Amino acid sequence: MIQVKNVNKSFDDKTILHSVDATFYDGKTNLIIGQSGSGKTVLMKSIVGLVTPEEGEILYDGRDLLQMDSKQKKELRKEIGMLFQGSALFDSETVLGNVMFPLVMFTNMTQAEMRDRALFCIERVNLKGADKKYPSELSGGMQKRVAIARAIAMNPKYLFCDEPNSGLDPKTSILIDELLSDITHEYNMTTIINTHDMNSVLGIGENIIFLNKGHREWVGDMSQIYTSDNQPLNDFVFATDLFQEVKNFISSKR
Amino acid sequence: MVITDSIATFGKYCLFIKRIFTFPDRWHVFFNRTIAEISKLGIDSIPLVIIISLFIGAVITIQMQLNIMSPLIPSYSVGLATREIILLEFSSSILCLILAGKVGSNIASEIGTMRVTEQIDALEIMGVNSANYLVLPKIVAFILFMPVLVVFCMGTSLIGGYLIALFTDMIPVSKYIYGIQTLFNEWYVWYGLIKSLVFAFIISSVASFFGYYVKGGALEVGKSSTNAVVTSSILILLFDVILTKLLLQ
Repeated sequence: MIQVKNVNKSFDDKTILHSVDATFYDGKTNLIIGQSGSGKTVLMKSIVGLVTPEEGEILYDGRDLLQMDSKQKKELRKEIGMLFQGSALFDSETVLGNVMFPLVMFTNMTQAEMRDRALFCIERVNLKGADKKYPSELSGGMQKRVAIARAIAMNPKYLFCDEPNSGLDPKTSILIDELLSDITHEYNMTTIINTHDMNSVLGIGENIIFLNKGHREWVGDMSQIYTSDNQPLNDFVFATDLFQEVKNFISSKR
Repeated sequence: MVITDSIATFGKYCLFIKRIFTFPDRWHVFFNRTIAEISKLGIDSIPLVIIISLFIGAVITIQMQLNIMSPLIPSYSVGLATREIILLEFSSSILCLILAGKVGSNIASEIGTMRVTEQIDALEIMGVNSANYLVLPKIVAFILFMPVLVVFCMGTSLIGGYLIALFTDMIPVSKYIYGIQTLFNEWYVWYGLIKSLVFAFIISSVASFFGYYVKGGALEVGKSSTNAVVTSSILILLFDVILTKLLLQ
């Protein structure tokens, strides 16, 4: 479980996060949602330690990230997997090389064991046979799946995904969402997904934190979104006619 | 403002160097990466070094012949002067200025692209010291291979002059060969090699610094690459003066 308590972050006198509190649970797909510029990415980067907040606590199962020394942070990072918006695969490495990378750097496995583990992860994300390809030879969706395979190679306790569906078609987005959801439940990980994709919100959102102008505006799950009377949340989630129709339909059935 | 910015940048550079010079997480990974960088930064530069050295060696010989043509100066002086210019300045300083363009822009754009595509963030998230992992092999590889390039440059430049003597009637071949052997001071070779090691460090570390801290997108990567080349060229010229004063006086 990851707890964020009273986190504040500013850049050049502009406050991006205002006393944000949030809890992210084990074995659940935790979503951070909000409009562009609402502070989602800054919150996620604060949680993983790429950005240092001015104030607050970030507790990984009770261990405060902001109080850790560099050695403790390094140990913690071995428990973290992250999927970046642009996949962030190493161009010079094959798919197998990318997935094996954290194993090479942080384990004492033999070459054969690392290879087996990497191939298992590649198969787990349904990319069997793509291990010898380079990232430039893969589609956007396949690159995301390789990034997921790399993120889970070390069997992390915490998985972070920054906009996993950006640039993907709706069908591929759903596949990625399902994969993330399945992996989360399978390995009982604390998964945090930063998104503004409504299909993800309404499809896999088991614990949703809605950020609005740097404030935590609302917390709930996907079923509660339909009945929420929080106006900024409704304006954000049901901005399109299609989702408004869905909400009206579900409300009429209740 | 410019002075405070410069001091801040220098401080940032020093901290960056401190992050680079730590023990690698995995020695075998560091070793493999260093070998790969020797191939990419060093061996791939050999054709450029050969072409430039051959032509510049030839041009220096022609210019020496035209400028010191006098009955009072022995003709072997052309070879002697050509050799001194090549050993003292061309094979180290001028070659490194050229390599600052080729290797410096290569390093800055590669690391800069990794920064803007979040590959460096990915390394950091995994707990890898990205500065050490990415930059140390480049610096070590370039410093290790630079003497090879300098020696190649010295040899090929002298061959360039020899070809002028061979295929033109500007200077007899025997006089040229006698000239390049006359009054030879071995220390000049060491002087060139020592300077080149310092320049290799400047090129690789400054280019890495500009690439590592790039912010934005493709446009900024291009700018950082240009800034890396300009800054390392200026530093090479500055250190050329300092090292010449220290080593030759």
